[in-house]
Amino acid sequence: MSEVDILGNDLAGLVANAATLDALEAVRVEALGKKGRLTALMKEMGALPPDQRKERAQALNVIKDRVTEALAARKTELERAALEARLATERVDVTLPVRPRPDGRIHPVSQVIDEITEIFAAMGFTVAEGPDIEDDFHNFTALNMPDDHPARQMHDTFYLPEKPDGSRLLLRTHTSPVQIRTMQSAAPPHRIVVPGRTYRCDSDMTHTPMFHQIEGLVIDRHGKAHMGHLKGVLAEFCKAFFEVENVTMRFRPSYFPFTEPSAEVDIRCSRKGGEIKIGEGDDWLEILGCGMVNEAVLRHCGLDPTEWQGFAWGMGIDRIAMLKYGAPDLRAFFDADLRWLRHYGFMPLDMPTLGQGLSR
Amino acid sequence: MKFTLNWLKEHLETDAPLPRIVETLTAIGLEVEGVEDRSGLLAPFTSAYVIEAKPHPDSDHLNVCRVDTGRGEVTVICGAPNARTGMKAVYAAVGTTVPGTGLKLVLKPVRGVESNGMLVSEREMGLSAAHEGIIELPADAPLNVPFAQLLGLDDPVIEIKLTPNRGDCLGVYGIARDLAAAGLGTLKPLNTTAVPGAYKSPLTVTVEGPSGCPLFVGRHVRGVKNGPSPDWLQSKLRAVGLRPISTLVDITNYSSIAFGRPLHVYDAAKVKDGLTARLAQAGETLHALDGKTYTLSADDCVIADAAGPSALGGIMGGEESGCTEGTTDVFIEAALFDPVRVAATGRRLGINSDARYRFERGVDPAFVRAGIEIATRMVLELCGGTPSEPVIAGAAPDWRRTISMRIDRPFTLGGLDLPAARSVELLTRLGFKVTSSGDRIAAEVPSWRPDIVGEPDLVEEVLRLEGYDAIPAVALPPAHAIAKPALNLAQRRARIAKRVLVVQGHAEAITYSFIPRAEAQLFGGGQAELVLANPISADLDCMRPSLLPGLLAAVRRNVDRGAADVALFEVGQQFAGDRPEDQCVVASAVRRGNSGPRHWAEKPLPVDVFEARADAMSVLAGCGVVADQVMVMDGAPSWYHPGRSGTLRLGPKTILAAFGELHPAVLAALDVKGPAVACEVYLAAIPLPRAKATKARPALVVNDLPAVERDFAFIADKAVTADQVVKAARGADKALVAKVTVFDLFEGASVGEGRKSLAITVRLEPKEQTLTDKDIEAVGQKIIAAVAKATGATLRG
Repeated sequence: MSEVDILGNDLAGLVANAATLDALEAVRVEALGKKGRLTALMKEMGALPPDQRKERAQALNVIKDRVTEALAARKTELERAALEARLATERVDVTLPVRPRPDGRIHPVSQVIDEITEIFAAMGFTVAEGPDIEDDFHNFTALNMPDDHPARQMHDTFYLPEKPDGSRLLLRTHTSPVQIRTMQSAAPPHRIVVPGRTYRCDSDMTHTPMFHQIEGLVIDRHGKAHMGHLKGVLAEFCKAFFEVENVTMRFRPSYFPFTEPSAEVDIRCSRKGGEIKIGEGDDWLEILGCGMVNEAVLRHCGLDPTEWQGFAWGMGIDRIAMLKYGAPDLRAFFDADLRWLRHYGFMPLDMPTLGQGLSR
Repeated sequence: MKFTLNWLKEHLETDAPLPRIVETLTAIGLEVEGVEDRSGLLAPFTSAYVIEAKPHPDSDHLNVCRVDTGRGEVTVICGAPNARTGMKAVYAAVGTTVPGTGLKLVLKPVRGVESNGMLVSEREMGLSAAHEGIIELPADAPLNVPFAQLLGLDDPVIEIKLTPNRGDCLGVYGIARDLAAAGLGTLKPLNTTAVPGAYKSPLTVTVEGPSGCPLFVGRHVRGVKNGPSPDWLQSKLRAVGLRPISTLVDITNYSSIAFGRPLHVYDAAKVKDGLTARLAQAGETLHALDGKTYTLSADDCVIADAAGPSALGGIMGGEESGCTEGTTDVFIEAALFDPVRVAATGRRLGINSDARYRFERGVDPAFVRAGIEIATRMVLELCGGTPSEPVIAGAAPDWRRTISMRIDRPFTLGGLDLPAARSVELLTRLGFKVTSSGDRIAAEVPSWRPDIVGEPDLVEEVLRLEGYDAIPAVALPPAHAIAKPALNLAQRRARIAKRVLVVQGHAEAITYSFIPRAEAQLFGGGQAELVLANPISADLDCMRPSLLPGLLAAVRRNVDRGAADVALFEVGQQFAGDRPEDQCVVASAVRRGNSGPRHWAEKPLPVDVFEARADAMSVLAGCGVVADQVMVMDGAPSWYHPGRSGTLRLGPKTILAAFGELHPAVLAALDVKGPAVACEVYLAAIPLPRAKATKARPALVVNDLPAVERDFAFIADKAVTADQVVKAARGADKALVAKVTVFDLFEGASVGEGRKSLAITVRLEPKEQTLTDKDIEAVGQKIIAAVAKATGATLRG
């Protein structure tokens, strides 16, 4: 074996045995550094006769390439091992809790109002509003409940103090006064829904002194807004709101001073196991009152009943929210208990639209 | 209104089964609330004969009975004192569940003798509380027949919920009439022929002009015998929830339920001279049949004799003139009373009676004579006696009226295409007298329907008999192929404000619009005109001037329940006064505790004024307000910490929001433990967006020249605000300075008493060419000069 081959084997052995990057660097200097062993042999070559020099040069270059490659390969290997060793020390417990993010909730009543708005918007309705503090005229008289009307007593009205002129303002007992305000302030036809707060002096598990109602009103020429249309609108609403293929509705003759004819509407449901399911079963559940706007109401708003007619309905928002989303106690709706809001509330981007579906 | 199926069938000839009757009642507007049918439950309890009852060998109170059940002979042990040989009793076999106790009978020995079933009491059957002994059946009762059938207990009780317009159905007869019209059978005629009088009534009746009693019919009956009414009458009254009193009184209650015709009976011996319907004199009193004494007003209608009021007209009789077991001469009253006056008096005095209930809703004005004749017949039949001729004062108000209906109205109003002949037929069945002419029909309204006053009422009558189910549902034709937006700008902003605040981590609360007045006063409210006259409770008595008291009360409740960090908001109305324009919609948010829960890597910080401002800004940004245009100024309301609060404004006058730490005194008054911060965004104050011809945005101008950031630290007077420094720096070179951010604040001895160090980063974005060191140096000098000029601050050395 030649001197060069011995050096080559020797250096290769040193490279392979280098245990750290520093040791490897030391091997590189020992072999290829200015005073390296291979460098030294290269330098000595000048002293050789030309015929030997060429041969020697070839042999040395083979060794140099071999050592350089080995150094590079060993370096990659050692670097990888070093990285692995570092990563092993960097291990964290990924089950630790993340930094808290905001986690708010929309109240079910807001969510349901948005859902209802979406449905009626699609049917060409706009949303109207009115004041919570009302006068007697808009809340009662114009709705065909004159002073002595027995229905007034059934309303459990909250009153504000008597004025010097003997009049008393009140908290609206229903959203119906907005019908009057709408008909008085703009010319027909009308297609409005009115979600809002209403007040009655009553409190138990199913009644709170404040609750939410949604009123609907359609006014048009004779024949263009009749009871068949009322049934159509409410049927479409129920299907869309409860997100079921079919809702069987029952219209029962009833009485409200502000409508004639009047009806109460039940939907078919099942109550198996204490859980209410809409669209199946053989039980009935009352959900709203409705009817054709009483001629006296139209006259109070300056509309000629021989020309105009229409229909209206009123429905409890909290109640249908309870039906759809299952919150049992109405009082909890107004208690702002965070546990309740987290459980029954909605994520901010759960925006109900008809395009993507009202709910998840 | 309660009645039994058999009672209904006394007036309605029908073979319709119960379910069909129930269904029809609801369909025609007489909503069935419930049907109580005990026949099924009581079916296993049958009549049996006690062959022998002899004392139990090992007991001093038990009997061993040999019982013939009609199915065989069994031995039954019975502890009832009335068990005896030869009686007919009610037998329950082993395996039967006893309704009154819910227990199932098992075969078991009682003191060594096996009892094969049971003889039952009324209490065990759930019929009454009576437990003195077992039920005894008539001696002629057949064996092995359900006893409910023998005692008439298998008659289902139907309860309907009547709407206030249907006074005509406050009698079984009226319900039968409506069902007959709906095609469910035939109404049976009543015998209302006049009972001839044998003498002239010794008592006279008089009606004073405006008394609220237009018609008073009376009749004297001499020589009656009053006592408990017969079983059939008692069981009828009991079935509908009335307590039998005496025959005479029971007859009046029967008339009320059967015909919706309230009556009153006076003990004629206790009435002086005659009866007058008149208005009470203020202060007069009546000791009424409910045992209470009422002080009357000049608006109340009374029936009075020479000594004073004997009855409250249409509401309740008086104790002194009432009938007793000793009554021998009775005076029967059938009168009409003004519904409005009856309602007002009843309400004022707080009396709810069956009579008031009916008169308020309208009693048939043409059934007064009929009522007294039917009652007279019953009195004669059940109490004997001799009737006088009737005495009559006043007259029934004219109820006759004719209403016209266009024959197409069932369709154009009701949506049901109904031939004119069908409308005529249905109205005729309801008792209207109908004539047709051209495209109209004229219907004379029957006396018992005061609620029918116009064309839509007639439409409702034909619709409800035809059935609302028959009306086809039709889609409302759309006004536009694609619907227009339903919300206006204010509504949209309220909706956005909610979602934005939820994104900030708040939960949405809905709290009552009324709060305790004392709390309202802390928030600038509590004016007398906003205090409810009849609050549901003292702590819900005042319309809220701000949403914060309600939210803070909710915070307190949550903290009490163990929640430490609370973020709640509400978007709702608050009230500055009682006019519609005083009501405005505000988005208010409250944070309490720390910004987040304790965390292993980061220490949470207590909530502070800056978070409240960020909440307010997020709402404003959501509503389209450009952040750069918003000024942060002082001037928050008094319920905020005076040094840690502010307002957000567009220009010096338009206040968009207030924010800050809540005033410690306010928190203490509301019993809320801080720290707590809040913001209130006045949504209505946000200006309308400028009307633009296009939705297109201005072109984006950017370049790729390198931006440069430079830091400056200033020493300034403590009163100098960050905003002043930032604005001055930004204004130093509007073309180059793109952004200025405060990144450090230091106050301490090293910068001097009353002074602070404020460090900013300025980002320079060249528009045309890369900045040279010279350019940057020049801008730096401009910034230092501008800040110095605006605030007196100097660059920190």
